[in-house]
Amino acid sequence: MTTILEKSTPPVPPSPAVRRRASGRGGDGPTRHSRRTKALVLGGLVFFTLYSLAPIWWLVVSATKNQSDLYTTNGLWFSDFHFTDNLRQLFTYQDGIFLKWLWNTVFYGVVGTVGMTVVCVACGYALAMYRFRGRSVLMGCVIGSFLVPHALLTIPSFLLYTDLRMVDTPWAIIVPSFFNAFSVYLAKVYAEGAIPPELLEAARIDGAGEYRIFLTVGARLMSTGAATIFLLGFVGSWNSFFGPLVFLRTPEKWTVMVGLYSWLKVKVDNSADLTGMVVVGSLISLIPMVALMISMQRYWRSGVTLGSLK
Amino acid sequence: MALPTHPQARIPRLGWQRVMALKGASLTVPFFLGFALFTVVPMAMALKESLYAEKGSGLGFGAKTVEFVGFDNVAEGFADGRFWASMLRVALFAVISIPLIQVVSIGLALLLDAAAQRVADRFRIPLLLPYMIPGIVATLIWIYLYSPAVGPLTPFFHLFGVDADFYSGDLVWVSIGNLMAWSGIGFNMLIVYAALRSVDESVYDAARIDGASELRIAWSIKVPLVRRSLVLTTVLSIIGTLQIFSDTMLFKSMAPETITRDFTPIMAIYDWAFQQGDFAYASALSIVLALVVGTASAIFYRLTNKAPTS
Repeated sequence: MTTILEKSTPPVPPSPAVRRRASGRGGDGPTRHSRRTKALVLGGLVFFTLYSLAPIWWLVVSATKNQSDLYTTNGLWFSDFHFTDNLRQLFTYQDGIFLKWLWNTVFYGVVGTVGMTVVCVACGYALAMYRFRGRSVLMGCVIGSFLVPHALLTIPSFLLYTDLRMVDTPWAIIVPSFFNAFSVYLAKVYAEGAIPPELLEAARIDGAGEYRIFLTVGARLMSTGAATIFLLGFVGSWNSFFGPLVFLRTPEKWTVMVGLYSWLKVKVDNSADLTGMVVVGSLISLIPMVALMISMQRYWRSGVTLGSLK
Repeated sequence: MALPTHPQARIPRLGWQRVMALKGASLTVPFFLGFALFTVVPMAMALKESLYAEKGSGLGFGAKTVEFVGFDNVAEGFADGRFWASMLRVALFAVISIPLIQVVSIGLALLLDAAAQRVADRFRIPLLLPYMIPGIVATLIWIYLYSPAVGPLTPFFHLFGVDADFYSGDLVWVSIGNLMAWSGIGFNMLIVYAALRSVDESVYDAARIDGASELRIAWSIKVPLVRRSLVLTTVLSIIGTLQIFSDTMLFKSMAPETITRDFTPIMAIYDWAFQQGDFAYASALSIVLALVVGTASAIFYRLTNKAPTS
């Protein structure tokens, strides 16, 4: 357990074992793998890559078509280029409600995730660095709550938020997201690996108080871990569907995902066909996510694997 | 937020170490207050709510009264044939789809591990791209791909003389399974791949000297060594699959005859709460589902984690 931890904690630089393998394998080939094995491996990877990419390719292509071409032309190749028209239509439909949804999603995501990062990093830091009575009970609550299925809390949460007058306000989305048990767990694991207790001792000898040590020493050493936690939380909030669907009633307050769902339903409810808009809207809504995750992949990858290898 | 420690706070009687630990513990307070309010309270409310039922007085005229009915709701939930039918439907789907997805994920991770580092790096992002696509958007993409009007899949199958209706009762689970595989394989692969990378290369060298083939090494060494990760991704898949909601909810828009309102357990709960307005019964069903999900995960964990490896 601890060995894995040590290997994966400073998330970026590969551990010695990995580096050794990288150099040992870069130039391998005939000695270790026969040509046929190599071809099979490559073939398998190419096949799965096509499977992964083809649907996204379809979405990109379809976003450039007008409504009638969408139905009549080959889905995997371009026809007349209408992407800019589609964009204009998307952003002007119902007084630009899609832009409003995008803004809501960003707003709920940023505010909720910043708050979550602060609350959870402080909690994880304390659980990792201090020995106090009740600590193991608290830790048990954190781990135990992983098993409580999230969607199951939704009905009683709805009743609770009704009592708190939070239903149909942004707070129903933002405030509960502050308290994320998985983030606390990640923060604790990260703090254990990243903060040498001696450093805290040294700060104490210099006369710093515990809160000050957290702000000036602990929080700084945990900045990479905090970035990981922020990123995972932001992605989760961008993708969330059930919560916003249940807690938000007014269309002006919806997120992109709920909005797209409502457009998908329109087709069934009456004769208006919004397929083209759903396609373009889907493409627009995934661009920020993919860009964010690719540019910060070292953060979320280390977060995902850190949480899983234990 | 008193920053530096007050000298008086370190009264010898309490012991400065104890004060220090208390201050550290206070950093966990915001999280656990919120955790209590937004996780523990809803759980308690679900339990309480499930003990009451709204009874119409007389012939349904006049005010409805709320009566204490004890465990009647939960018992009713346990005896609800339609609810169990939805559970069975999803369980059957899980039993078939999860192992398939896992096997493919392991295979893909082994392929990636067998490839030279340079090649693996090139394939990793395309293979992970589906995981970065928001769940709702992934579902929307596939809904359109399956659609006979817009999607390229129906004409493609026509080429082979196959008349495939992806929304029909026979095929809808295959369609959903493919969608879940598409968005899930990358994530599972990543976790298994990370576990494979942290294995020391010398283990394989030793096996090679003993004359083991690459396939044998993959099966007898690599797979057992990443068992912990496999258990984790499987438990996560079980929890996720039994709670399947947004995918089927979106499919319902396209195939309202096939996908009934209680097609999956969460859909049934959502329907009882927000269409029928019976929160008590919905809470009772939530409890039943929570028990089933918890038991299923626990049994699986027990069966697989008695584990000699580590």
